[in-house]
Amino acid sequence: MNSTRQFRFIFKPLVFAACAIPAGLMVLGIMKLQGITEFAPMDLGADPVSRLIHACGITALNLLLITLLVTPARQISGWNNLIRLRRMLGLFAFFYAVMHFTCYAWLDQGLDLAAIGADIVKRPYITIGMAALLMLIPLAVTSTSGMMRRLGRKWIKLHRLIYVLTALGVWHFYWQVKKDIREPLLYVAMFAVLMAWRIGWRFKGKFVPARVPEKT
Amino acid sequence: MKNHIPRIASSEITPEGVYLDRRQLLAAGFATAALGTLGASTTLAASPPALAPLTAARNQAVSTSDAPNSYEDITTYNNYYEFGTGKSDPAVEARDFKPTPWSVTVDGEADVKGKFTLEDILKPQVLEERVYRLRCVEAWSMVIPWTGFSLASLLQRFKPTSKAKYVEFTTLLDPKQMPGQRDAVLRWPYVEGLRMDEAMHPLAFMAVGLYGKTLPNQSGAPLRLVVPWKYGFKNIKAIVRIRFTEQQPRNSWQIAAASEYGFFANVNPAVDHPRWSQATERRIGGGLLAKRAATLPFNGYADQVASLYSGMDLRRYY
Repeated sequence: MNSTRQFRFIFKPLVFAACAIPAGLMVLGIMKLQGITEFAPMDLGADPVSRLIHACGITALNLLLITLLVTPARQISGWNNLIRLRRMLGLFAFFYAVMHFTCYAWLDQGLDLAAIGADIVKRPYITIGMAALLMLIPLAVTSTSGMMRRLGRKWIKLHRLIYVLTALGVWHFYWQVKKDIREPLLYVAMFAVLMAWRIGWRFKGKFVPARVPEKT
Repeated sequence: MKNHIPRIASSEITPEGVYLDRRQLLAAGFATAALGTLGASTTLAASPPALAPLTAARNQAVSTSDAPNSYEDITTYNNYYEFGTGKSDPAVEARDFKPTPWSVTVDGEADVKGKFTLEDILKPQVLEERVYRLRCVEAWSMVIPWTGFSLASLLQRFKPTSKAKYVEFTTLLDPKQMPGQRDAVLRWPYVEGLRMDEAMHPLAFMAVGLYGKTLPNQSGAPLRLVVPWKYGFKNIKAIVRIRFTEQQPRNSWQIAAASEYGFFANVNPAVDHPRWSQATERRIGGGLLAKRAATLPFNGYADQVASLYSGMDLRRYY
């Protein structure tokens, strides 16, 4: 098995499974709550709605940061195959962000469109969270190889939106915490490191723009 | 903890769901270790061993007819930053807390001052049960059967002077027992306060029990304030000091973020928290698809307490 095949048939499915674990845990938690199963590794606790919202949101944020880690990891390790994980990671981030919003709009707000609209307009942390989610949509839509080829250099420019929307996502997290900002600050720090790495790399004159990968 | 009128213990009439599933504990531990990506803090059903039963009749006149939350919900979903900022932290971190022996220092503008043991405080009291709604400033709510006595009956014993305009309460400061106090999330010790007329209101309550048993540590043992028309953070726990003052005390959340949390903190659907709406609330225990309920002015106790605030601009004095 050559390294490309190994990557495609072993490594990539493993990463896929890892990305799906949080969703699986949440489904098990819901099944326990509904009395379908007796045991769930993640108990949703006394307030399952906010627990699900938070779990989806934090997973989306984690995956965005992991997506942003791909390029530095590739630059450091020289393992160029890593780039082939990026689309999947980004799409999983999109999936969890959509679930985050769905849990909020459906489970928390009961699809009360007036209340949701008022929240988006009146509450800055929800406004920026919504903006981040909307920015993810064009990125998800243009994530196919066909769209990459068609858009060419424009694709690279468009997908720089991930820097903006991840910053908004971290800010969204920071802003909704009541008082204990240690966890959001950790996310600020991780995002800062990922961005600083990129600036440093460019400064060294070695910056290699993200390349459209050849057909896999 | 003596009481004069023996009645039916509420534990005999109210079902509760206390259990500790070892498998669940273990598995939850594994899940946390294995899945850092979730940022999961697992909920553990933790009940300290053998809480003494208390005998107390229910005060029906002030009790809500809403169904109480389960003992498990009430004791595993707590905001008690002295034992961690996660809702499920206190049930775990407060397990070894020692609520006895206990004493309360009374000082300030009062004739009777000094250090009183918990037994001193409880001796003249006839315990009663009150089922109160609790509305958290975070827009969730519960219904809780407290056991205790009216705050007024306690405060009157100290004969507050005419200078006593406010009463300030302080939580124990003991970072050894309260691991959350090792981090400067709030300024420790926790401080809360009431205006004297609020403190003397018949609805203001001092709880020493929950569901007909001694108050569990995570709920504020051994002595915890319950002011049902105000946001939950006014309900200071593990009280070690009561001070009568002329000046309005500065409560901990006001010190932490004055633009978001005031001194009065009356439940008010018309005045939003700067970052979220206070118009509705989610009743804990309603399941996944339960609709949010409208939040009522003064948490539904407006008939009894609104007159305390007549003429006050409640937007300004939030």
